[in-house]
Amino acid sequence: MQRALKILGPTALALVVVDVILGLWVTPPDEVQGDLVRLVYLHPALAWVALYVAFGLAALCSILYLWKRTRSLTFDRLAAASVEVGVVFTVLTLITGSIWGRPTWGVWWTWDARLTSTALLAVLFIGYLALRRVPADPDVRAKRCAVAALFAAVDVPIVHFSVVWWQTLHQGATVLNANLSPRIHGSMAWTLLLSFIAFTALFAWMVLMRFKLEELNTEGEDAELAAAIVARQAEGVSS
Amino acid sequence: MWRDAWLVASRDLRIEARSRVAIWQVLPFALLTLLLFAFALGPKPGLLAESAPGLFWLSVLFASVLAAQRSSAIEGTSATKDAARLLGLDPSGVFLGRLGALLLEIVALEAVLLAGVTLFFHVRVTSWAVLIPSLLLAAIGLCAANVLYGSLAGEARVRATLLPLLVLPAVAPVLIAGSKAFSSSVLVGDGGSGARWLGVLAVFAVVYSALGIVLYGPLEES
Amino acid sequence: MAPAISLRSAVVVAGNYPVLSGVDLDLEHGHVCVVLGANGAGKTSLLRLLSGLATLTAGTACVLDCTLPDEGASLRRQVGLLGHDVGLWDDLYPAENLRFALRAARQDPSLATEALERVGISGKTAKTRLGLLSEGQRRRVGLALLIARRPQLWLLDEPHAGLDASTRLLLSELVESAAQGGATVVATSHEPELSVPMADVVLTMRGGAVIEQRLGGRLRPRGVSDVA
Repeated sequence: MQRALKILGPTALALVVVDVILGLWVTPPDEVQGDLVRLVYLHPALAWVALYVAFGLAALCSILYLWKRTRSLTFDRLAAASVEVGVVFTVLTLITGSIWGRPTWGVWWTWDARLTSTALLAVLFIGYLALRRVPADPDVRAKRCAVAALFAAVDVPIVHFSVVWWQTLHQGATVLNANLSPRIHGSMAWTLLLSFIAFTALFAWMVLMRFKLEELNTEGEDAELAAAIVARQAEGVSS
Repeated sequence: MWRDAWLVASRDLRIEARSRVAIWQVLPFALLTLLLFAFALGPKPGLLAESAPGLFWLSVLFASVLAAQRSSAIEGTSATKDAARLLGLDPSGVFLGRLGALLLEIVALEAVLLAGVTLFFHVRVTSWAVLIPSLLLAAIGLCAANVLYGSLAGEARVRATLLPLLVLPAVAPVLIAGSKAFSSSVLVGDGGSGARWLGVLAVFAVVYSALGIVLYGPLEES
Repeated sequence: MAPAISLRSAVVVAGNYPVLSGVDLDLEHGHVCVVLGANGAGKTSLLRLLSGLATLTAGTACVLDCTLPDEGASLRRQVGLLGHDVGLWDDLYPAENLRFALRAARQDPSLATEALERVGISGKTAKTRLGLLSEGQRRRVGLALLIARRPQLWLLDEPHAGLDASTRLLLSELVESAAQGGATVVATSHEPELSVPMADVVLTMRGGAVIEQRLGGRLRPRGVSDVA
């Protein structure tokens, strides 16, 4: 894994830098949205990583942990790393969405269906992180968090449809009625594709780093436990 | 499983009948929230009537978290949890039993709150065919989620603050769908199609009940 | 016949702390074992392991023919545990608690009344919420549950604590009666003068392990062998 991280990190960073350069300076402005369209090289990729990759991975690892045959704390740590990084990407999604929304709608926030469900998803997973911080045995904590992630993952489609239907009853706040999906072609299309690859790679690198950190913590705890067992046994021997 | 569910539900209801926490604490709290909403929004009858569906469901949500805390407290000292495990109670049965007992309390709460919004917020129900099923389905989903998350949230000290954070975002669909179903069954607001919202409530209730039957056992083992 | 309890280097960890650091123990059916030791020695943790409530982290454990940790659920149904907290519901009357427990364990709920009378819980006490009873009365209700359930393995955590003289005598009679009926009894104690006379085996624990094992003072019926 060390070698993978050594390659992945710089590669991801380089891809993001290239994406930013292309997005800010090389690609043309949109005929309707002008320079505002440049957020398309950030926002959809961030949203894709946050909503599908991060939480999808967390849900998958949680299922693998809960299934006895594949139960391993590795999956628990991977799920936790994925949720942590996923929450960061979700917040960035909301921020970039707001930045786009301000000139478009005249307000920093609107009850657009996607923004609203994304915000709710962020809170669901912040709850996961809060649960993770409750002191407990590693296996107990892993089980609780896996179940919480599964609940959140199952809830996501229900939340999404509820919010979409709820919001569609209240159309009308948007003057421009624009959305973040302008017609894309040429260099814009390639840059958009690059942004997805770049941010997915960045996510992968951040998750692996976080996972590695957690593993190092655990190795330390295992060594402490072994020492604690020896010390406890010595209590029994000494008078 | 059903036998154990019946046993646990009877026990919880007997405890409630003796301690009367739902009647003397949870219900007054729910009615109080209605009053506080009125203070916050101002006494304009039109505004209150229009907001009634949402306010009703917010009150139910908050009260259900309180009732769930109480249910977890009954179930939840480590000694009684150990006792339940030693007695060989089927965990799915325990989940359904707790769900059943809590459901009765929440349905009773909804009935009283409904009377409250009718009286205080001048709401007139026109379609009971949508409202009654929505109250029942929403209650099932809320109770299932509360029992499950109550089990996740661990011991009492931590549960008091953690449970609301875990359960309230998860039951947002119930709040949305419940409010919309309520709107479509009274002569205010724009509820859209009641059937669609009943569908959302039904899906939520089925999903969380199924999750509970499957996952309550593994959760309680820990 | 396999021993009722067989532990080899049993380790139990709770929150990264080894509460049991390697316990070796063999105990035959129908024997009474008393466990002595200072606070923090691991006595209660041993009971929790034997009941199937605590998870075995390392070593091997076989209790009542159930291999731990896999067969914990099967073991738990055969065990009766009387801990510091009796594990019953404070808002219910003693009889209601017992009837609930017996029904849950698929046993006859009518056994509750006789069991409660045997431990001296009757009349007004029997119609008082458990939470309002004294510590000694609560423990007697816990004992009544054991009498009614007749488990194969009795696990008693400092059973003499909080009991008056007559109830202590009753406890010793109940333990003897259970052992003669074939049940195995493991009890922790801080009062060796009360507990050792009822024991076949006396263990002393320290640092999460057994450091000494000797014979107790129980007069056994002919034919029951000494524990090695």
